[in-house]
Amino acid sequence: MSMFQGHELTCIRGQRRVFAGLDFTVPAGGALILLGPNGSGKSSLLRLMAGLGRPAAGQLSWAGTPIAEDPEAHRVRLRYAGHLDCVKAVLSVRENLSFWAGQYGAAEAEAVNRGLKAFALESLADMPGQILSAGQKHRLALARLAASPGELWLLDEPTVGLDSAAQLRLTAAIAAHRETGGCVVAATHTPLDLPGAQSVNLSPYAEAARAAEARESAEPAW
Amino acid sequence: MHRFANPGRFLRIANAVLPWIAVLAAVLIGAGLYLALFVSPADYQQGDSVRIMYVHVPSAWMAMFIYTVIAAASASSLIWRHPLADLVAKASSPIGACFTFLALATGSLWGKPMWGAWWVWDARLTSVLVLFFLYLGHMALMGAFDNAARGARAAAILALVGFVNVPIIKFSVEWWSTLHQPSSVLRLDGPSIHPSMLWPLLAMGLGFKLYYLALMLVRVKSELIAARVSARASAAAEAAA
Amino acid sequence: MSGFLGLLARDLRLALRRRADASLAVLFFVLAAAMFPFGVGPEPNLLARMAPGVIWVTALLAVLLSLERLFLADYEDGSLELMVLAPQPLEMTVLAKALAHWLTTGLPLIAAAPILALLYNMDPAGLPMLILAMALGTPSLSLIGAVGAALTLGARRGGVLIPLLVLPLNIPVLIFGVAALDAALAGLNPMPHIMFLGALFLGSLVLAPVAGAAALRQAME
Repeated sequence: MSMFQGHELTCIRGQRRVFAGLDFTVPAGGALILLGPNGSGKSSLLRLMAGLGRPAAGQLSWAGTPIAEDPEAHRVRLRYAGHLDCVKAVLSVRENLSFWAGQYGAAEAEAVNRGLKAFALESLADMPGQILSAGQKHRLALARLAASPGELWLLDEPTVGLDSAAQLRLTAAIAAHRETGGCVVAATHTPLDLPGAQSVNLSPYAEAARAAEARESAEPAW
Repeated sequence: MHRFANPGRFLRIANAVLPWIAVLAAVLIGAGLYLALFVSPADYQQGDSVRIMYVHVPSAWMAMFIYTVIAAASASSLIWRHPLADLVAKASSPIGACFTFLALATGSLWGKPMWGAWWVWDARLTSVLVLFFLYLGHMALMGAFDNAARGARAAAILALVGFVNVPIIKFSVEWWSTLHQPSSVLRLDGPSIHPSMLWPLLAMGLGFKLYYLALMLVRVKSELIAARVSARASAAAEAAA
Repeated sequence: MSGFLGLLARDLRLALRRRADASLAVLFFVLAAAMFPFGVGPEPNLLARMAPGVIWVTALLAVLLSLERLFLADYEDGSLELMVLAPQPLEMTVLAKALAHWLTTGLPLIAAAPILALLYNMDPAGLPMLILAMALGTPSLSLIGAVGAALTLGARRGGVLIPLLVLPLNIPVLIFGVAALDAALAGLNPMPHIMFLGALFLGSLVLAPVAGAAALRQAME
């Protein structure tokens, strides 16, 4: 049974069509990997899925209900990890994490400890954010996902900057999330070991968009 | 430009009505100016300087009218995402700013013989000055983004915020002016107006509106054409690559 | 509600850990106001007459100074994106940010204003009204300013744009803030002005979060 679904999606960024006519489905407990070269619209698709911007055409739905009908419910189930790590330099690792856990409805200390543990940040818990390395900051960003559970994870290049131990922790966290019936969509260039994951290559959809634009400018409607 | 909106219909209508509007605007403004400068009587107190009114008052009307148009266009852009609405707001803003400036400049010219000063912090003039600032902010915000679509959306929200605020600002400026000014200041217009002055005023008012409409259509048209040119250029660049 | 309090607590903690930044607005307030006597001369009666206007105008400018950072830091490090996606309504997020801004900027200005009033030889009988008017007026400045700050996110030269957008909208607060104080100093009834200040505050309390949230949403697209 498919939980998260997209139908005939078209994305416009700036004034250009990024991709057109894209379909995808993610079953409960499933994972979807977005592939494609730079500029094929992986991040744009993730942002559409998150609700940062609306698709120019097509529809996203969760368990059969269009997301546009109930954006609040979508925000409750959604955990998004983008390119930026949202780490405040003057707050400690624990303070950073507990703030975000609180914003996503899991303010208790136990949840924060769970997040710290999942990405091996306990020993850094009282360090200020400014001394963290890029990889440690990224682990802190991912720890948000483990701290406050949500049904849908959207990960944009989640392995960037992670060492092999941290990558294993990431795949373990994703596996644990999927076991509880959660969905994962990840855009990545590096192979990510997710058993049973489907993958979508965005290149043909980007090419379809490009072809449609070329057609239109060759024979303008006006 | 939003690729999915077909501006062809708009362009056909605009091209059809534009010459008529332009000619009518020229006729009305010409007739209005003739009536105002040669036919209407001089004021018994103000002499010939009262004739500034025929430009000043319609300009002040236009200042308010165009801001209302911008607010309406902004609302329809934000609610229905109508792609032409952003262009209308973008095209209107500089025209509105020019009319507002014209109202201020003519008010200042009129004020010199009446009040003996180029500028008096009269409630009406001050409100128009604030409106001028609102126009400048709108134009600046519209142009401050590298992504034109973002500038248009931000400016649309600002226009609505400004529109809600205009009556509040006008009211507080009037309140402020009654606190600080003796009421002996001569009002610029009497409560009743003689038909020989009313007709040129109405002709100018309508002429200005049509002039704005013509100018706005030309500006929207040129925006559309510019968008088409850049779309073709980028398609050509891609085909070459 | 826990999201609102959590955000407020975080912003206050950030401001507390960067005390130097937070105190800049008050320093500017005192310094800018101290410049006027050099411009117009030290005549005590003139300064006393100017006091309400100078205090309000410089407070307005001091608030402007601190507005640029209101959303920008969170915009740059990605936090704002997550706030837009958080379950809490974005209007509440804007309200929490504006409240934190007022607590870290408006409140210190209110505390510093009586000192300026003294420097300007203002009648001390007007001090309670000065504090009351500023307590009612500065929250509106933070709220309206939050809309301006949200609108200019991602713009080139956002810092210069904000004053251009926000100053005209602040004119009513300035007018009634000064009028309340002038009335109290002249022995007249300041209540009508205070009521209007209150009305402006309530109006911006309702409208600014809506407009600010709309501005943040479009900034994220």
